[in-house]
Amino acid sequence: MHEVIRKEHLNNEMCLLEIRAEDVARAARAGQFVVLRVDEQGERFPLTLYDWDTGKGTITIVCQMVGVSTRKLCALKTGDSLLDIAGPLGHATGTGNMGRVICIGGGVGTAEAYPIARAMKQAGNHVTSITGFRNKGLVICEEELKSFSDDVHVTTDDGSYGRKGFVTDVLKELLKDAKFDMVFAIGPVPMMKAVADVTRPMGVKTLVSLNSIMVDATGMCGCCRIKYGGETKFACVDGPEFDAHLVDFEDLAHRQGRYKDKEKEALDHHCRLGRH
Amino acid sequence: MREQDPKDRIKNFNEVPYGYNEEEALKEAARCLQCKNAPCIGGCPAEVDIPGFIKAIKEKRFKDAISVIKKTNSLPAVCGRVCPQEDQCEKACVLMKAGRPIDIGTLERFAADWEMRQAVSGGTSDERRATNDEKVAVIGAGPGGLTCAADLAMMGYNVTVFEALHKPGGVLTYGIPEFRLPKRIVEKEVENIGKLGAEIKYNYVIGRIKTIDALRKDGFKAFFICTGAGLPYFLGIEGENFNGVYSANEFLTRVNLMKAYKFPEYDTPVNIGGKVAVIGGGNVAMDAARCAVRLGAEKVYIVYRRTEDEMPARIEEVHHAKQEGIEFHILANPVKIMGDASGEVKKMVCIKNRLGEPDASGRRRPVPIEDSEFEMDVDTVVVAIGNGPNPLLLDTIKELKLNKWGYIEADEDGRTNVKDVFAGGDIVTGAATVIAAMGAGKHAARSIDKYLKNEKIKTKK
Repeated sequence: MHEVIRKEHLNNEMCLLEIRAEDVARAARAGQFVVLRVDEQGERFPLTLYDWDTGKGTITIVCQMVGVSTRKLCALKTGDSLLDIAGPLGHATGTGNMGRVICIGGGVGTAEAYPIARAMKQAGNHVTSITGFRNKGLVICEEELKSFSDDVHVTTDDGSYGRKGFVTDVLKELLKDAKFDMVFAIGPVPMMKAVADVTRPMGVKTLVSLNSIMVDATGMCGCCRIKYGGETKFACVDGPEFDAHLVDFEDLAHRQGRYKDKEKEALDHHCRLGRH
Repeated sequence: MREQDPKDRIKNFNEVPYGYNEEEALKEAARCLQCKNAPCIGGCPAEVDIPGFIKAIKEKRFKDAISVIKKTNSLPAVCGRVCPQEDQCEKACVLMKAGRPIDIGTLERFAADWEMRQAVSGGTSDERRATNDEKVAVIGAGPGGLTCAADLAMMGYNVTVFEALHKPGGVLTYGIPEFRLPKRIVEKEVENIGKLGAEIKYNYVIGRIKTIDALRKDGFKAFFICTGAGLPYFLGIEGENFNGVYSANEFLTRVNLMKAYKFPEYDTPVNIGGKVAVIGGGNVAMDAARCAVRLGAEKVYIVYRRTEDEMPARIEEVHHAKQEGIEFHILANPVKIMGDASGEVKKMVCIKNRLGEPDASGRRRPVPIEDSEFEMDVDTVVVAIGNGPNPLLLDTIKELKLNKWGYIEADEDGRTNVKDVFAGGDIVTGAATVIAAMGAGKHAARSIDKYLKNEKIKTKK
């Protein structure tokens, strides 16, 4: 059983949980994820590691409330426990001194970009972080990113905070003015696709961290399969990071939507039972 | 043997065969000739003393019967249900010549189920011997790993089983459906193994949370790798990424492990349309098709590239599938899956086959007949054409020798090229049976015991 030792509501949609998971914490590296199961009826679902503390034996995740599973997770209080945490899973981000790196986070993806920005900075790279949110109320991780970036650009769709516009607006300007060696992008599928479309003609190497639907997440079911440069790859064991210019984002977007009806049915069921 | 009526059972996930009641068991046990040379024992990969336990049943000594079985088989309630006895012990039975071999499987199930019903838990289990200090790691809590762990624990070793999933059993839990193997049975069998002293750690993906090398530093002296053949094969045809196309592993894992048939009481969903095509002819294909029926599909098809004679599935399971209304399209192979603009499956194009010369498996090769394409109206496709070795763990043990298909190279005693690493089950042989994995687990336990005793002698010198 994994105890929640700290819980914060970051905003209306997102929460942060620090959870006891000693062995996972000891093995964790930037870019990896864990699979969680809150209770016996719960789904297995993946979340990228935001942070980990080997001294305390804890991992920290940031979660956006979307469906039943994420709502169950965000409903946990300090002292509550989760049933299962498996991980760390996936390949860690390849770090090293690459030179000048841009880390882009969209929405809750910003919490996933943070450990990568930190790893990149600690490896001696020049790090520029760009984050994008719908509005001011959803902005997260700004101070954390500032600690590990040479510059941080925050954008909001409605201009209520930072600069009005999209992460790609900032990206285009940066790439016009200077040379960058690598771009990381983590966020909603349309955002990652948009970033890839900007960097592809400029030949800038771009990695994205894919959020495919998963069940076992250890390579045995193929649920998370993507089309990648004409081949089939499994996001859970071949990824979660991939070369953005080879990912078929249209195929990924279709596959992400295949349980929309069931997600709604599950939420209705839980609401009728008086939960959340 | 009495079974649930097909009309009723397609609406539930309850067990289909009812097993023997006491009267039926006594009657069948009395038929056994108690052959002196017992050819049946030779047919059993777990080396169960079959005449021994059947005699005990006949004499109403049910406790003795289960003790005899458990001397060599730690999962009798499982084996009694899922072993292909018709190819093993029953095939060797002398009464097979008369067409009616002893129903050894159902008798084994009777003894195992009897024990489970006893109020005193663990009352008939073997006594646990005192632990020695030698730590052995078993990687995978499937049938191979559970058997190896049980045998090693009985020998007195300090065994830890590392399981990647959150439940034990491997295919027993995620692969074989509830109506063939109830999960409470698997849980109870695992509980009994736990009582022998073996510890199981869940959500432990060796290769990620810890490597074999790290486990060596933790003091583990020997390793048994039995992680199974879990990487699903896809057909490699156009349209396989459309919504509504599943590997059998995903489909069955959602339904069996995550209980998607109880959605929304259980959170994991599974999408089943009205018309489901299951590609393949093995037990996994039958399991997937029978789950689809129970999930409410109006039409469920098995599409298999050879004829029924070549199907690897147990005849019993093909029979059950047909009783449940599943339609068999033999000598057919999918060539393309077609979908609509939102990525939903609409149709599947297949080609007809004829049988040509035998291939490497000895079965006649399916040869496509030119211009014989036909369309099937389907909205769900489950691909059950087999699994390969999952490279996740293997990639982290670079020194371990693999064969050309990527499976671990091991001899029949489970020895690999790395002296403290043993392997068995599907990760060595490719997809096979539960009982074969159990046999491998037994052999490996004996090998590990021999190896560790030798090492001890060496260090004393």
